[in-house]
Amino acid sequence: MSINATLIGQMITFALLVWFTMKYIWPPLFDSLEERKKKIADGLAAAEKGQEEILLAEKKAKGVIKEAKEQSSEIVTLAQKRANELIEESKDTAKKEGERLIVAAKAQIEQEIQQAKEGLRQEVADLALSAAEQILGAEIDKAKHQDIISKVSKQLG
Amino acid sequence: MATEAHAAEGVTGYIIHHLTPLHVGEGFWTLHLDTLFFSAVLGGLFIWFFKTAAEKATSGVPGLVQNFAEMLIEFVDNQVKDSFHGDSKLIAPLALTIFCWIFMWNFMDLFPVDILPLVGSMMGIEYLRVVPSTDLNATFAMSISVFCLIIFYSIKIKGPWGFAKELMFQPFGPWLLPFNLLLKLVEEIAKPISLALRLFGNLYAGELIFILIALLPWYIQPVLSFPWAIFHILIITLQAFIFMVLTIVYLSMAHEDH
Repeated sequence: MSINATLIGQMITFALLVWFTMKYIWPPLFDSLEERKKKIADGLAAAEKGQEEILLAEKKAKGVIKEAKEQSSEIVTLAQKRANELIEESKDTAKKEGERLIVAAKAQIEQEIQQAKEGLRQEVADLALSAAEQILGAEIDKAKHQDIISKVSKQLG
Repeated sequence: MATEAHAAEGVTGYIIHHLTPLHVGEGFWTLHLDTLFFSAVLGGLFIWFFKTAAEKATSGVPGLVQNFAEMLIEFVDNQVKDSFHGDSKLIAPLALTIFCWIFMWNFMDLFPVDILPLVGSMMGIEYLRVVPSTDLNATFAMSISVFCLIIFYSIKIKGPWGFAKELMFQPFGPWLLPFNLLLKLVEEIAKPISLALRLFGNLYAGELIFILIALLPWYIQPVLSFPWAIFHILIITLQAFIFMVLTIVYLSMAHEDH
């Protein structure tokens, strides 16, 4: 049980072991531990952030839906109004068109009346002429009285 | 010592035989080959295991080896963080080495006391003491190394004058300088001695009890050696832990400027 040179040998071994541990063993293992710690912390933070973002997004989505609803009801109201307007407008147009048609029809009728009158007058004139011819007989020379005949027919026509 | 052991017979001879190291040389220049060999092999095992873990170290999902290594690293790191508040790249690896190495030394105690010497005697080795921590040289080598570090850091952090002042003027002020100096020197020197002797004493006693149990009839041996081995698992871990924690505490004291 004596202290001897083994002590020195043991000290050298110890020093070598400590040096090796310090240089090659502790740093990589410790770093990987720290890195994992950081990763986990980051992951947790990200998860929390994600949760918050989900809440935020939900809130936002609700807002958007509400806005959309408002907008859609507004659009519906507007459309109804526009439809009413359109109906009114088309009613107006139809009325005007009808009136126009009536006017046109009336004009045509008038025209046709005129034409009929013209025809009738012509016929009356012809009848009168032929009657006068028959009455007057040969006394009226067509050549001599051409002027008078055409004058009368003009008056009649 | 070897010749004495050779001469003695019976129970005493058996005990002395078991406690005699394999040695070469004379006087101070004696080398305990078994202590050197086993501590080197265990140190190699320690290095091999942790190097394997360090090479495959990943911050992703750790494997079994890395998990175990990280468990030890975290355990040591927590101990260091608890008592040491400075910044040092040495202390944590030092503490890890001390804890693992001493634990492995002590673990050799749990091998049946006769098995390795038997293997040794088959190979022509007459004496073999397999537990390095039952060799004062091994425990003192470690505690003296720690002591050197304590002195080194005391002088490095506080400066030569600061360290000298601490030795001379504390705890009773400058008027009791010689007394202070004596007290402080005893305190400092007690550190390595208590570290080494505590570890040595516990393991030597433990080994001795295993040897004594081995002397009993075979049918009594398990009844005694089984509980003692279980208790010893606690002791070997505890002694490694105490050595490590005290090293950290002493070094953190060396780092603190009063």
